[in-house]
Amino acid sequence: MTSGAAAVAQGHGHRDDVGAKLGMWLFLFTELILFGGMFIVYAVYRFSHPTEFHVAATELDTLVGTINTIILLTSSLTVAMSITAIQKGNKWLSFTLVGFTVMLALAFLVNKYFEWGHKFEVGLYPGSAILLNKPPGEILYFGLYYVMTGLHALHVIIGVVVLAGMMMFIAKDKITRHSYVRLEAGGLYWHLVDIIWIFLFPLFYLLH
Amino acid sequence: MEHHEEQKHHGTHVISYGRYLLIWLGLLSLTGITVALSGLDLGQWIIITAMTIASIKTLLVANIFMHLKFEDRMFRVFVLVAVVTLLIFIVLTFFDYAFR
Repeated sequence: MTSGAAAVAQGHGHRDDVGAKLGMWLFLFTELILFGGMFIVYAVYRFSHPTEFHVAATELDTLVGTINTIILLTSSLTVAMSITAIQKGNKWLSFTLVGFTVMLALAFLVNKYFEWGHKFEVGLYPGSAILLNKPPGEILYFGLYYVMTGLHALHVIIGVVVLAGMMMFIAKDKITRHSYVRLEAGGLYWHLVDIIWIFLFPLFYLLH
Repeated sequence: MEHHEEQKHHGTHVISYGRYLLIWLGLLSLTGITVALSGLDLGQWIIITAMTIASIKTLLVANIFMHLKFEDRMFRVFVLVAVVTLLIFIVLTFFDYAFR
């Protein structure tokens, strides 16, 4: 323990990239269980109110959902490519690719803002008089829609902050071709956000 | 294809840009298929096909984008344990709800 700490202090301490990545995966499992619990609630209510879920889902715009899916898949591509770029020593290409990812994430949030904004305009928000007059299954559907896509959007916002941090690390040479495990961990988080959306999209938008 | 590009760097696997682009095209095609299928009247099958396609997309993202295919076997064991745990939650919940 003390010898290890001394070695780190001398600058040639041992680095455990595999351990770091495994730690990141363990964190992702807690996220899996967090969203997994909500998917179970969704499954149970959809099972008990099948027709009302179908009716409520027609309120959602499939085109907006599809565009956001394409945006997130593309952002996953750019963050994955940024790791190849840093492995090949192309610092600024890697920086630019993470930058693209951040811009795509912001585009996703802008779409989400207009989508939610439109729902609020037509009175479909939690607790609104219009929604409360609908059958219980539709109220449940919109409750789940707001909580699940809302929690996902919160993850997108956190992802933007994390990835912006990665850009700063790349610019300051804290992430280099010889040490890029932080970028890998940031990328893993972003891919998880993408995977959650891969399931949210068909469950909420493609119910017709 | 492009195997010469996927060389080993410092003991780690470098995945070529071309391979990432192929996976991305596959993910976009699968998205197109799910959206197209949702327009058809598949009844009960719609949820099964949609979840199958989402699972295939997840496998592509996890294996290639998240490098799971190239990591130590231990990573895949960990992921399997986590996913099986979630599946147990789901199956047990439905044993309760489906037979009430």
